[in-house]
Amino acid sequence: MSDHDHDIKSHIRTYMIIGAALFIGTILTVAVSYVDFGSHAINIAVGLIIATVKASLVALFFMHLIDEKTAIYLLLSCAFFFFVGLMGLTIWADQNPPNKTQNLQHAPMVEVTVDSQHPSSASDSHPEPVHH
Amino acid sequence: MEIPYTVKPRPDTGVYNAKIGIWLFLASEIMLFGALFSSYIILRITAPEGSWLEGVLNVPIGFVNTLVLIASSVTIVMAWASLKMNNYKAFQGYMVFTVLCALTFLCIKSVEYNDKFHHYEMWTNAESNNRFTGHFDKSWLAEQKSAYKAKVAQLNADHQKALSSWSQSDKSTPAPVAPKFPEITFFTLTTTEIRNLAAFLGTDSVVFEKEAKHAYKYHGMPGEDTHASNDHAAAGAEDHASSTSAHDDHSHHESLTIPVSEIKRTSAFIPSHSTYFAIYFTLTGLHALHVFGGACVLAYFVICNRKMWKNEPDRLANRIEVGGLFWHFVDLVWIFLFPVLYLL
Repeated sequence: MSDHDHDIKSHIRTYMIIGAALFIGTILTVAVSYVDFGSHAINIAVGLIIATVKASLVALFFMHLIDEKTAIYLLLSCAFFFFVGLMGLTIWADQNPPNKTQNLQHAPMVEVTVDSQHPSSASDSHPEPVHH
Repeated sequence: MEIPYTVKPRPDTGVYNAKIGIWLFLASEIMLFGALFSSYIILRITAPEGSWLEGVLNVPIGFVNTLVLIASSVTIVMAWASLKMNNYKAFQGYMVFTVLCALTFLCIKSVEYNDKFHHYEMWTNAESNNRFTGHFDKSWLAEQKSAYKAKVAQLNADHQKALSSWSQSDKSTPAPVAPKFPEITFFTLTTTEIRNLAAFLGTDSVVFEKEAKHAYKYHGMPGEDTHASNDHAAAGAEDHASSTSAHDDHSHHESLTIPVSEIKRTSAFIPSHSTYFAIYFTLTGLHALHVFGGACVLAYFVICNRKMWKNEPDRLANRIEVGGLFWHFVDLVWIFLFPVLYLL
């Protein structure tokens, strides 16, 4: 039992250190947001990196993920896969916006096809033009 | 029915069942918040230049709330460790502190929300300093409200009087028409409402408490250079406006009397007026609901589970661990929300 107690006591020391690190991390996040790194994108990146480090500390030590069973890791890797997919698709969607000018270019093209098909469609089995 | 594996680990997973359960739940929560975060990214990167609000939130308030949540995360894990060391008194203390932290967080958040409900962004036709934030002067707004109510009541009373005298007459003349007046909700005023109100009451200016200039900034659009879209050759509102407080005192609000004709647009800090505040209230509102739910469960654990401590101490410790996992997750979400919404 004393061995178990000792184990818990070393845990508590870890919790205190992580808690202090999170406090310092929070102060750091606010501090660096007032520093101009030259570009707004770098400021965002620095802020997100600090947040990720803080979140990792919480997940690894407070949520005991540093020493967990395989089943939990398996479950979380699924969640991680879908989360990365969600964010990746989001950013990909922004890189590939629906091209409005392209759609506009399509419009007259369709009309031209309809016009050229009109004489043939009259003799065809289709009484209505296909594009409508 | 006995719930299996509340204490002993299940042989195939290697952990007790509740732990698998909470992690499955947290995995779904990751996707829930992930969906909202990705919405935030889309809204932000596709926002037209200068339209995304930055630095309008109160950083000290957000900072304090972050510390409150981190402190509660430390104490919940300490509560669990106390149970593991058979110290029920310490456990109770840590749990009570955690729940109090949760309530503090919610109190601060509601004060912050209430403040936002009364905030506006104002565009004027001025050449410079034509875009700023603040709120309408409280006493001015109260005056407008009572004047509006009085005038509406007067118009309605006059109409009733005319109607009754008409119904007693021979009805040869057409019936008096019901009075028309603008519908105005005084909770948040739209630009149209402000113009309608001024026309209805015959006032020609609003009293606006402008916030210090450094209180907010626009990415890629500094406040001083915003005359690009301003085609008005007329002299700016700043020239018309009478400033009643000293310019050097930046920590306080500056009271401005702005002519209604000089107001280009107003936008309240609420979802229906601003995309930024729509995603802000969605994200922080959902998070606040999580804080509230977590606080209820943790309070239940400390208030109602004394018997379990006597009969099944290990089961209670596992409960606290599972509750703690949820609580840490809520903290983790806030760790991202704070920089994303307040700082970047």
